[in-house]
Amino acid sequence: MTATHTSRAAKRPATSGAHGRRPAKSRQRPNWLGGLVGWLWLAIVIIPIYWIVITSLKTQSNYYLTNPFAPPSEPTLDNYRLVIEMDFPLYFLNSLLVAIGTVIPSVLFSFMAAYAIVRSSGVSRFLRGVNSLFLMGLAIPLQATVIPVYLIIIKLHLYDSLTGLVLPSVAFAIPLSVLVLSNFIRDVPKELFESMRLDGATEWKTLWGLAFPLTRPAVVTVSIYNALQVWNGFLLPLILTQSPDKRTLPLALAAFQGGPYGVNVPAVLASVVLTILPMLILYTVGRRQLLSGLTAGFGK
Amino acid sequence: MTAISARRTSSAAASRGGGVLPWLAVPALVAFAVFALIPLIGVLLLSFTSWDTLGEIQLTGFESWRQVLTDPGLPHALWVTFLIMLLSWAFQTPASILIGVFLAGRQRYRELLAVLYFIPLLLSSAAIAITFKALLDPNFGLGAGLGIDFLTQDWLGEPGLAFGVVIFVVSWQYIPFHSLLYQGGVRQIPRSLYEAAELDGAGRVRMFFSITLPQLKYTIITSSTLMLVGSLTFFDLIFVLTEGGPGDATRALALDMYKRGFQANLMGAACVIGVILVLVGLALAMLLRRIGGRDPYASQLEGA
Repeated sequence: MTATHTSRAAKRPATSGAHGRRPAKSRQRPNWLGGLVGWLWLAIVIIPIYWIVITSLKTQSNYYLTNPFAPPSEPTLDNYRLVIEMDFPLYFLNSLLVAIGTVIPSVLFSFMAAYAIVRSSGVSRFLRGVNSLFLMGLAIPLQATVIPVYLIIIKLHLYDSLTGLVLPSVAFAIPLSVLVLSNFIRDVPKELFESMRLDGATEWKTLWGLAFPLTRPAVVTVSIYNALQVWNGFLLPLILTQSPDKRTLPLALAAFQGGPYGVNVPAVLASVVLTILPMLILYTVGRRQLLSGLTAGFGK
Repeated sequence: MTAISARRTSSAAASRGGGVLPWLAVPALVAFAVFALIPLIGVLLLSFTSWDTLGEIQLTGFESWRQVLTDPGLPHALWVTFLIMLLSWAFQTPASILIGVFLAGRQRYRELLAVLYFIPLLLSSAAIAITFKALLDPNFGLGAGLGIDFLTQDWLGEPGLAFGVVIFVVSWQYIPFHSLLYQGGVRQIPRSLYEAAELDGAGRVRMFFSITLPQLKYTIITSSTLMLVGSLTFFDLIFVLTEGGPGDATRALALDMYKRGFQANLMGAACVIGVILVLVGLALAMLLRRIGGRDPYASQLEGA
């Protein structure tokens, strides 16, 4: 019953497009349940965020005395000053170096692999194999393999170094990056590749001159996503570093809260705000691409 | 002359068989092999050894396996992991679908909502855990500040409550991401389906169950795969929030692995847990793939 209607409706896209406005409007009957859950969950998301921001501007003594949701009567940046004096700029720099060091190679390598897989997995058994290997990497919780990673990093004499953090992070980022990028490269019209080939362009040139610019939204998506993962990563820094001056931000946050200053809730929350800021900027810049890219990358 | 033409034909033949293309995949393959594939084999090999991180690695056969499999801590950790997986899935999936459907509307204010909505995606698990730890503190947290008795409980000190907090915080962190997947999925459903149903006089609820939900099948499978496999490795959140406590109430497998390996220095036993995690993850992915009848990660566009 539904099926016949479906196919009939699908056969006349022109007609439905012509008065597409009207039916769209007529089904704007409110979705009460969705709206209720949507707004409720929005409140649940926003309230803690709001609380983090206002509390980070309160003094410690004020924090215990005032209503937790009331904005500070005299906002202060002292907490931020304290956090900055506690070596947070160093942890910030560590996180930044690890993020950049991971994102650039992981995206470039993944792009090259995705290009090769899309362009010739039909003929190359090797590339089909590589592709299934990466897909398997998505199904396996790679964190379960951290102990051998720890051993390898020790054997490479990279324990307690930022390089030692970067290398496994690149590897962990590859499967999803290849998947999302190859889904996008697949959508580039084949004729474009063909005409490049007829013009005598090498694969290398086609890769960087055609495929890369055409799939820039996907590249941005994957870069932001990988940056987020690395910036927020906790397990690898926890097991692969040891000295305080090699800490990345999430590790520093946990250490700060567990340390002698942990009772100073406003200061702890100020450190939380500082760690989010760069990601917030990245999100504001690339939001549209990140959201649409992720949706497309994961398939329907 | 002959050399050139020979090279040309060989490169044409080679491009048919892949040519330079396979080489392009080599850097990614090498990186993945060294830090993901070799460790994958390594975790199995190390599970047959004893290693305290300082001394030599010694081959001890099934000693670590016997040690772990006879430890009552293992069924407990498996049970905790399973419960976290099941409850967080059962809570997140309906909520994410509802929110995704809601956000898929084209009204401008919903775009704005979406911007706020996805902020938890930006936070590290450590930051989230720290925030909720402070919020739920019975003496200095929200409950005490607002004078609401219901909120003034020892949230992280009582096993049942701590478990609930973990599920809630996990959902807080991941519902936005899954809503986003569902929002994208809903937007790809052809409008004509709804128009046809509307001509038949189907109501909103009927349309949701007869059109939206079946059309979201693959999104549900993708999202569930990510949720279930992902929940196996919730580590940072639990580590910072409860450290597995109170007692062992929230000691899931990933945390169990860390504690055995890096706190008790029993790397062999920790690797046994690692192998179990890998096997459970693979089994789950295969099960979901069977249910879905196709690879949940494949591009929709390819099949269309």
